[in-house]
Amino acid sequence: MSIVINEPGLIAEPEPIRSRGGILWDTIRRRPSATIGATILSLIVVGAALAPWIAPYDLHEQVGPPFGAPSWQHPLGLDDGGVDMVTLLMWGARISLVVGFAATLVSMLIGGTIGVVAGYFGGKVDGILMRITDYFLVIPDVPLMIVVAAIWGPSLFHIVIVIGILLWTSTARVIRAQVKSVRERVYVKRARALGAGHVRIVMRHVLPQVAPLLIANTVLTIAVAVFDETALAFLGLGDPSRISLGKVIENAFQRAAISAGAWWAIVPPGVLVALLILSCSLLGQALEDALNPRLRVAHVSARGFRLRPLVGRNADAV
Amino acid sequence: MSPERRGCGGRALSSNGADPLLAVDDLVVAYPIARGLAGAVLRRPEQRVLAVDGVSFSVDRGELVALVGESGCGKTTTAQAVLRLVEAMSGRVSFDGRDITELSNRALRPLRRNMQIIYQDPYESLDPRMTVRDAVEEPMLIHGLGGSREARRELVLEAVARVELTPPDLFLERYPHELSGGQRQRVAIAASLVLEPDLLVADEPVSMLDVSVRAGVLNLLDRLRQDGLGILMITHDLSTAARYADRIAVMYLGRIVEVGPASEIVENPQHPYTKALLSVVPRRDPRDRKRPQVLTGEAPDATRIPSGCRFHPRCPVAIEECRAHDPELLRPRNAVSPDHRAACILA
Amino acid sequence: MSALLETEDLQVWFDLPRGGTLHAVQGISLGLERGERLGLVGESGCGKTTTALALMGLLPASATVSGRVLLNGIDILRGAEETMRPHRWVDLSMVFQGAMNAFNPVKTVGSQIVEVLELHHRAAGRAARVRTGELLAAVGIPDDRAGRYPHEFSGGMRQRAAIAMALACNPSVLIADEPTTALDVMVQAQILELLDALCRDFGLALLLVTHDLPIVAQLCDRAAVMYAGELVEHGSVDTLFHAPRHPYTRLLFAATPDLHGDGLPASIPGAPPRLDRQNEGCPFRPRCDRAFARCVDERPLLRTVAPEHGAACHLNDVAAEVAH
Repeated sequence: MSIVINEPGLIAEPEPIRSRGGILWDTIRRRPSATIGATILSLIVVGAALAPWIAPYDLHEQVGPPFGAPSWQHPLGLDDGGVDMVTLLMWGARISLVVGFAATLVSMLIGGTIGVVAGYFGGKVDGILMRITDYFLVIPDVPLMIVVAAIWGPSLFHIVIVIGILLWTSTARVIRAQVKSVRERVYVKRARALGAGHVRIVMRHVLPQVAPLLIANTVLTIAVAVFDETALAFLGLGDPSRISLGKVIENAFQRAAISAGAWWAIVPPGVLVALLILSCSLLGQALEDALNPRLRVAHVSARGFRLRPLVGRNADAV
Repeated sequence: MSPERRGCGGRALSSNGADPLLAVDDLVVAYPIARGLAGAVLRRPEQRVLAVDGVSFSVDRGELVALVGESGCGKTTTAQAVLRLVEAMSGRVSFDGRDITELSNRALRPLRRNMQIIYQDPYESLDPRMTVRDAVEEPMLIHGLGGSREARRELVLEAVARVELTPPDLFLERYPHELSGGQRQRVAIAASLVLEPDLLVADEPVSMLDVSVRAGVLNLLDRLRQDGLGILMITHDLSTAARYADRIAVMYLGRIVEVGPASEIVENPQHPYTKALLSVVPRRDPRDRKRPQVLTGEAPDATRIPSGCRFHPRCPVAIEECRAHDPELLRPRNAVSPDHRAACILA
Repeated sequence: MSALLETEDLQVWFDLPRGGTLHAVQGISLGLERGERLGLVGESGCGKTTTALALMGLLPASATVSGRVLLNGIDILRGAEETMRPHRWVDLSMVFQGAMNAFNPVKTVGSQIVEVLELHHRAAGRAARVRTGELLAAVGIPDDRAGRYPHEFSGGMRQRAAIAMALACNPSVLIADEPTTALDVMVQAQILELLDALCRDFGLALLLVTHDLPIVAQLCDRAAVMYAGELVEHGSVDTLFHAPRHPYTRLLFAATPDLHGDGLPASIPGAPPRLDRQNEGCPFRPRCDRAFARCVDERPLLRTVAPEHGAACHLNDVAAEVAH
């Protein structure tokens, strides 16, 4: 038999309500995985964002021989065109991140809307939207992306759209579940009884409750979007005029970096992609754990409590 | 409670001439039962449960009517149907003489401000992210009332003061979790009062509160009633109904089985179900111990409504005729008040 | 005089997640005789459930306990879990708050009772199933229902089954925490009647933990009223209703609506004090209608004011002085 009891916190100081930002910040500070994820992610984002100013060399400047080995001037060596790898990685991460964020935005808009509408209205609307979601869910993303990217032709915009319209399914499901539970809260029913319209209820009462989950989901989706972009670029379906991390790897591969023994042209971009995905996953996972409704109950546990030794008149009895 | 209030407690079911504030006439509410996969595949007909099956009552201005019964008797569904939060299958709900059963949702919206509801769970009925001020102001924003921002602030302050959260300034910027259950319920009442409704539906307003603060919330409702508010209180607690209601309607399996002035229902019950229900209410005074008349048999189940009188399988005094005859709400022989009605052929 | 179950100066502290401690139970001394029915009454957060869990040795890791719990004169708290375990469910057993919803939904009710019997080596196999049937019959459930699943039971039936489970090892004390709270009045009456019969037929001592005064008034011999972690008054239910010696008891009765009679109940203004900080003087003083100077800084102690009747209120000293 499992019993939960309420902690007798009733007559204690109420916990101050925390703003959403406060919760995010708290999670990042307190959970090691979130701290690590956030640190790595922000380092990469800062490096990529500041590429035009802090990159050591020009992106198109040949500064040494093709596949020049790492040296003091070029810690990660040079690529097939003699371009500094550090510079290349900073610019490549820039494109990867832009695609990742943009595709995530698209998928959040689609997934969030479908999730909220399906969860809030329920019934037939829910049934139809969830069937559609299921169809999208069973489509293998990467092959479809390849097909679509091949048909539409490679451009950054197309890549963003293709990734965006395939990644929203899990968001829609998660948000729908949360909205369904929020919809049943008494204060939402009360707002309906008061005569509030659907838009108002969703905007004022439902969205604020699911927003934290949406944020956690966004971070997780970025990881997938970055991965998908890398895969497409590696397969040569990326925008040829833009150098993303996948493109960097593809280039090195095409120009036989491996047979040239130039590991530095392939391993660092690979590691950077892996770090990017890992950091997003760590952070997103930690946020999701922290933001999901927490249960403030303790399970009845034998041998849990401590005994304070008796003092005074009872001391001899111990 | 003043004796004259008790005396005039049972206003006529339809007060002469003037329309009652709320009149419910032969209300029927049905819920579909899930057929399950097998049912859907075999195309079994969709079944319905009659949660409310022909309920009629009225609430006047300045009157508190208590709808009493066990869980599953349809009292909460009745309340929701009155507010059109669930749709009735048939019957009429008239508010201030106007039939609202057929109104579209849009046409209903302006009327909603006149009929407010407060829920049982004060811990869930306020948005945890809204301060008291926001929560009390929201209804005005929804209905575009209250004029300027300044005027609204003034009204919020007034409403918070009216529910006796004093000093009001101290409460305005607080969040629900910083308030006790009783205080939250008062905030919910304040958020209803800013719209100056004529009717308040209170669904078990105090059952989740501590005993020591229940009376405070109920006494507040009583004062609002004296100021002219009509209140429909849903409760399972007969003691509370006995103390605060003008009239009590006892429900069993979707029907009202007995209705009348509160004092008469408590002191002179005529329906065997009411008698049993009253006998099991624990009394405060240990010297009032009586052997309760505990009903046996299955708890009422709206999916299996017995033939004849729906109470007969559990009725201690049922006779053969009860199996076949579905009794109407009539004035019992031993009734004192002219407004006393019971649905029992023996009464 | 040695009671069946006795607590001496029982205290419980909880560590709070954000630091600090909460003094939930502040020195409770209670006695329960064989076959006696004692009601432990108080509002939410007053420490009544914590007291019950402390008696069972079922407090979470954030709890610290001190004092003595004497079962037949032997302190079973002194060795913590070591000394509590042999008595739990065997001598002392409990029907938890919401226990009716705590059955495993995928196992039959009977098998869950069999499990308890086997766990405590009371019976096994066929014997255990027979005993389960007897237990269910004792709480008014036809024994052919043992093979049913919890969702096939109504709330009242599940609560009966929870009581049967608590009775599995023939305990001498049954602690029932809000046993009827989520139930309808009719079912509540059935459960109360059952508890009454069990006490009469098996000589079971009952500790009924509840916020509901009328239930205690109807079912119990004696009652103990808790407020803010302390015992403020105890005595026979009759004296507590007709001659309370603590204002809280009097006001609590006055706040409880009754079926008959006149007038509206009166609420007690204010709220209980917080227990995560030190409180000076009488904890009830801010809400008391008869507080005076002495209540501000002197904490009243629980004193015997009449035979079998104790109260913790300075007014009783004043009354005694006036009488002199």
